Amino acid sequence: MAEYQSFFTQVQVRHSPELGVPLPPGDDPRAGTGGFIWLLGLIGNAQIGPIYLGTLGVISIACGFVAFEIIGLNMLASVNWDPVEFVRQLFWLALEPPRPEYGLSFPPLNEGGWWLVAGFFLTASVLLWWLRTYRRAIQLGMGTHVAWAFAAAIWLYLVLGFIRPLAMGSWSEAVPFGIFPHLDWTAAFSIRYGNLFYNPFHALSIVFLYGSTLLFAMHGATILAVARLGGEREVEQMMDRGTAAERAGLFWRWTMGFNATFESIHRWAWWFAVLTPITGGIGILLTGTVVDNWFLWAVEHDFATMYPAVWPEGVDPALTEGAAQ
Amino acid sequence: MRIVLTLGVVAVTILLVIAMLTTAGWDRPPIASEQHGYDGTGQVLVWNPRTRAASADLHEVPQSFFPFDEFKELPYYPDNLPADALLASDFYENVQVLGHLTVDQFNRLMTSMTTWVAPEENGYDGCAYCHNLDNLADDSLYTYQVARRMFQMTWDVNMNWQDHVGATGVTCYTCHRGHPVPQNIWFTEPPDRSAGGFLGDRNQQNRPSPTAGMSSLPHDPYTAFFLEAEPIRVGGTQALPYGNESTWQQTEWTYSLMMHMSTSLGTNCTLCHNTNNFSSWENAPPQRYNAWYGIRMVRDLNNDYLVPLQPVYPEMRLGHLGDAPKANCATCHYGAQQPFYGTPMLDGYPSLRSAPVNPGQTASLE
Repeated sequence: MAEYQSFFTQVQVRHSPELGVPLPPGDDPRAGTGGFIWLLGLIGNAQIGPIYLGTLGVISIACGFVAFEIIGLNMLASVNWDPVEFVRQLFWLALEPPRPEYGLSFPPLNEGGWWLVAGFFLTASVLLWWLRTYRRAIQLGMGTHVAWAFAAAIWLYLVLGFIRPLAMGSWSEAVPFGIFPHLDWTAAFSIRYGNLFYNPFHALSIVFLYGSTLLFAMHGATILAVARLGGEREVEQMMDRGTAAERAGLFWRWTMGFNATFESIHRWAWWFAVLTPITGGIGILLTGTVVDNWFLWAVEHDFATMYPAVWPEGVDPALTEGAAQ
Repeated sequence: MRIVLTLGVVAVTILLVIAMLTTAGWDRPPIASEQHGYDGTGQVLVWNPRTRAASADLHEVPQSFFPFDEFKELPYYPDNLPADALLASDFYENVQVLGHLTVDQFNRLMTSMTTWVAPEENGYDGCAYCHNLDNLADDSLYTYQVARRMFQMTWDVNMNWQDHVGATGVTCYTCHRGHPVPQNIWFTEPPDRSAGGFLGDRNQQNRPSPTAGMSSLPHDPYTAFFLEAEPIRVGGTQALPYGNESTWQQTEWTYSLMMHMSTSLGTNCTLCHNTNNFSSWENAPPQRYNAWYGIRMVRDLNNDYLVPLQPVYPEMRLGHLGDAPKANCATCHYGAQQPFYGTPMLDGYPSLRSAPVNPGQTASLE
């Protein structure tokens, strides 16, 4: 039987858990003493913990829990507290944002008030977790690339649930909490504003999203392909000739004439990933605030074409019948 | 250990594939399709020929009591009537709505109607579904009273809604298809139990909605659009903001209505829309005009005929809120783009085409 060395990590190291560098005065101690889980070792590092919780982490988790509970209990109440129906209908359930008539005021709890409260706690949780990723990176003497990549995602989240609703003057513009309901929001949002596919920032976001998957596939495949030569030990291999790293680079130079370096491929990946929510957020923010119909906008700006008519020129029957709608 | 793991992965994969293939309601290929718009716009109609074949009987026009070709030759066909033909109102008692027909026309219509609405071979009572067999003129049965109003509704559709039904028109059978209650009717949904409480409001959506293709879209678009006249149009008609206050919530209601329409007609969005810009009339297929009138027709029929019959019905015919059964697109269409795929059944039943000019006095001669 063939050995698929790329499916699971082949070697698991066992020793006393790695506890990390000592923390400076003023930091909380790391929680837990660390242990090993064999199954986790198949897909990553087998060691679990210790974890640094800290004040930010504790408050962030607490806020996230409050938001999770508000959303979950509203969903459970909406099926009359029936746990079986809760599981059956889970993907359909939602906590809806306030109704349009409430604008930016605080509505009754059951008509969107709970959504605002949950949104507040979820946002607090996310922002505190961001601060935590930033501070932990500084503490380890790393760059803050992870924090800024996370910030790009938070930008899109804030545009959807906070910045655009503010700009439109109504919390009702925000996205429901719920699996299918948030997808319904997406579909309805696109149709309401004349088809989001004609929004150039949406197009850019898709380019970066699909580009990210392509780059991830290329990079992941390249490293796995040279794993048999020790290729995952990137840095030490960069210095020598004939290594797995050099073969990986040569593979791309020979197949497409150009190759990234072991450092620059990660810059490519970082920018593509980060630009996906940044451009997407810009596209959402412009929708409804400065553009009402993206298809007509795209035709006016030669970004899309009006196809030739194949039917007699249509006239709205409401105009001839004198009744709106 | 490794073999166990591998087998586990394979087993889970197979189970997931089985679950995917058996639970999602797939249509296996080949699927039929037909382009009906400009190249590259995706204006394509798709349908499953096997589903269509399986429901072919439903969309067959029933054999006429007399085939139409023969009927036209018979002495009581409207064009062949003698001027002094005996009228139903002169021959029978208590004929309030069809009195202008000749006795022969009247009897043919009654016989046909029995096979359309309460046929004995489907287990119904035949004539006795509406009539007291000891006294056919006795109109105390509620079904008798409803039937009278239904004739008037049929005339209204065939005379005043040709923008929707064309010259093809409708008959009793268009909706009834061999059953006293048409198979596709609707009632207003009761409010969610949690509405108005402290938490858990569903906002009339967020549960599997058969109306809206099992999505979580609003589940009762009928009351909003087929009874009341809530605004359906949401999309912008200009590139830049110009005061269009429609919300995405409204769009979800419209979306739900559109899902009902496409399901009822067994078709897809592109029958009526160029999906690059749903709200555009300029690039819309002509079917959208037909649909526009259809929405208004159903709304008028509900408000003018079906809702006012509420006091006539026994409780078993009413909805949870005590409302009368009402019509939507599926009531006539039964999953076909045109009922009976456009076969002009009405041609064989001229008595159903138009109301008497002066009810109860003249025989209707088209």
